[in-house]
Amino acid sequence: MTAGSPSAELAIETRGLTKRFSHQMAVDGIDLAVPRGAVFGFLGPNGSGKTTTIRVLLGLAAATSGQMRVLGQDMPRNLREVLPRVGALIEGPAFYPFLSGAANLHRLDTADRDAPSGTRGARVHRALERVGLTQAAGKKVRAYSLGMKQRLGIANALLAPRELLVLDEPTNGLDPQGTREVRALVRSLAAEGTTVFVSSHLLAEVEQMCTHAAVMSAGRLVAQGTLDELRGVGASRVQIRTPDADGARRVLARLGLAPERAGQPDNTGDDGDGLVSAALPDHTAPRDPAVAPDHSVAPDHTVVRDHTIVRDHTIEPEAIVAALVGAGVRVRGFAVQGSSLEDRFVALTGEGFDVAQ
Amino acid sequence: MLPSDSRVPSDSRVPDEVPSDVPQESTSDPPGDLSFDPLVRHSRTAPGWELLASELTVLFRRRRTWAMLLALAAVPVLIAVAVRLSSPVAPGRGPAFLDRITQNGLFVGVTGLVVSIPLFLPLTIGVIAGDTIAGEAGLGTLRYLLVAPAGRVRLLLVKYAGAAVFCVAATVAVAVAGVVIGVLLFPVGPVTLLSGDTIGVGQSVLRLLLVAAYVTVSLLGLSAVGLFISTLTEVPVGAMAATIVLSVVSEVLDALPQLVWLHPWLFSHYWLGFADLLRQPVAWGSFADNAWLQAGYVAVFGALAYGRFATKDVLS
Ligand SMILES: Nc1ncnc2c1ncn2[C@@H]1O[C@H](COP(=O)(O)OP(=O)(O)O)[C@@H](O)[C@H]1O
Ligand SMILES: [Mg+2]
Repeated sequence: MTAGSPSAELAIETRGLTKRFSHQMAVDGIDLAVPRGAVFGFLGPNGSGKTTTIRVLLGLAAATSGQMRVLGQDMPRNLREVLPRVGALIEGPAFYPFLSGAANLHRLDTADRDAPSGTRGARVHRALERVGLTQAAGKKVRAYSLGMKQRLGIANALLAPRELLVLDEPTNGLDPQGTREVRALVRSLAAEGTTVFVSSHLLAEVEQMCTHAAVMSAGRLVAQGTLDELRGVGASRVQIRTPDADGARRVLARLGLAPERAGQPDNTGDDGDGLVSAALPDHTAPRDPAVAPDHSVAPDHTVVRDHTIVRDHTIEPEAIVAALVGAGVRVRGFAVQGSSLEDRFVALTGEGFDVAQ
Repeated sequence: MLPSDSRVPSDSRVPDEVPSDVPQESTSDPPGDLSFDPLVRHSRTAPGWELLASELTVLFRRRRTWAMLLALAAVPVLIAVAVRLSSPVAPGRGPAFLDRITQNGLFVGVTGLVVSIPLFLPLTIGVIAGDTIAGEAGLGTLRYLLVAPAGRVRLLLVKYAGAAVFCVAATVAVAVAGVVIGVLLFPVGPVTLLSGDTIGVGQSVLRLLLVAAYVTVSLLGLSAVGLFISTLTEVPVGAMAATIVLSVVSEVLDALPQLVWLHPWLFSHYWLGFADLLRQPVAWGSFADNAWLQAGYVAVFGALAYGRFATKDVLS
């Protein structure tokens, strides 16, 4: 990797990480950069390679090619030193059904060579407490519900103080209450300074608990950054419902926007309303020169005003309405569709979420 | 290459250049100390003993393990009851040493081992050894043990040690059950050995222990084979069945006179060779041959298991 990259600031860093199963590229040359202290959402539809990436990162599977560092150390060379500092839930919980929840945690804790046996009982107790399983501690895991197993899996990740938590779909099988609890738990862990790397195929979940996210699609990393950065990449759109679609397009073009006809509204009446929409210029992303205002702006009052607004890369929606009305366009509906991450991800992954490939 | 990591706060862990196996300055961990201080955490490194203890706990908390030990214990009990209820056995009929048990109840244990070693013992060892890695993979706990991190080599060693302990337990179950039922149903007195000498009760117990040790050693090679097969699959039942089938194949090959050249290399070749331990004086030749053969199997299949497991992708 390039010398001088701020590796020490990154909890996970990969370069060209690739994992191929006989014929299938499960992970295809991804460059992950998970900052320390982040709650990092690893988002992607089922089968996009999230779990495989996690397995490779934790040394369960060997990478086909590429490099990776976890907590600042080369992996898998320093597995032995790094893994005790990492708590993990990988592809769902797994336990010995014939042992109690507490006995399972004892068992897995003995496997951690650095875990002091003197505090084992207390640490198991505290981990169970943290996920709300104290009551069921003595029950055989066979008798646990899926949600309880999921909690026990998270408790296992919390058995020791961790610098990094890797949680693969931690809310699978949890009821809404459990989901909220996991979210709160993740937040409190992050507040203590733990980096949390959480995979999910649910956009809403990532939006609610993460500071950063990366999007996987068919083994490739298609976007990565803070949530705001990711939102910003996809600009908001305005949508105008009007019978004067041509006039509306002219006005939008004059404002420096790139109008497109968005078809008919769903509840179209017999008055022939049309929909016109356009992407709003974006204040974080570099502007596309093709929609720069200066080429098309006429020196009239309205546009001069818009011009100033556009120059600092924002355009007020009300200014658009004023311009439309001023130009005699009959505005029957006007909406600004905030750039939801969802639009962005659907655009990135080429399909809705929850879709297996 | 990635730049070396120099900006991580030094209090967050043991410095890289200090091998973590070297005990760090000992910070005592008072029980109940919940101050999750990374320094305390990394101040000591547990050897494999705790994991082995945990492995044995898991093994012996399973009902399956006890069911198998009970089934093994039932073998000498059934033999003793059958002999007690029937007319005196003519010398030389039935399983070896069967006629001795009416002289000395302790020999029910030996008879039980003779009857168990061709099938019942390999069956149970096959289940345990085949389950070692594949069972964890099947449950999914293998990935959690490995990221704990248990260490692949350490886990393999602990798993093998667990299987070996079961070999001891299985043999002991047969021997002890045999002794108990024998003492209950038959007199305990001097017994005539194969060499024609007569030994007392103390000597009988010693000989029984020797036979039990011989049988335990006999099973170590099969355990190593099972461990290796267990690293090949995520389906424990498959590994168990394959191990058991291999033990039967080995015994069948050992019975084919055309394959005499192969016989000394079959792990089951010396399984019934403990008659020498029941002579006066004890002939140690077969014990040594058996031990060497088993050690060879442990070395070869241990190495194969290592070769397979050390780099295996754990995708279960
Ligand atoms: N053991 C395996 N052998 C072959 N292909 C696999 C294996 N595990 C996963 N894959 C494939 O790799 C791709 C990524 O899977 P996975 O990492 O589990 O996705 P995710 O966790 O994002 O749902 C999938 O297409 C899957 O079919
Ligand atoms: Mg997955």
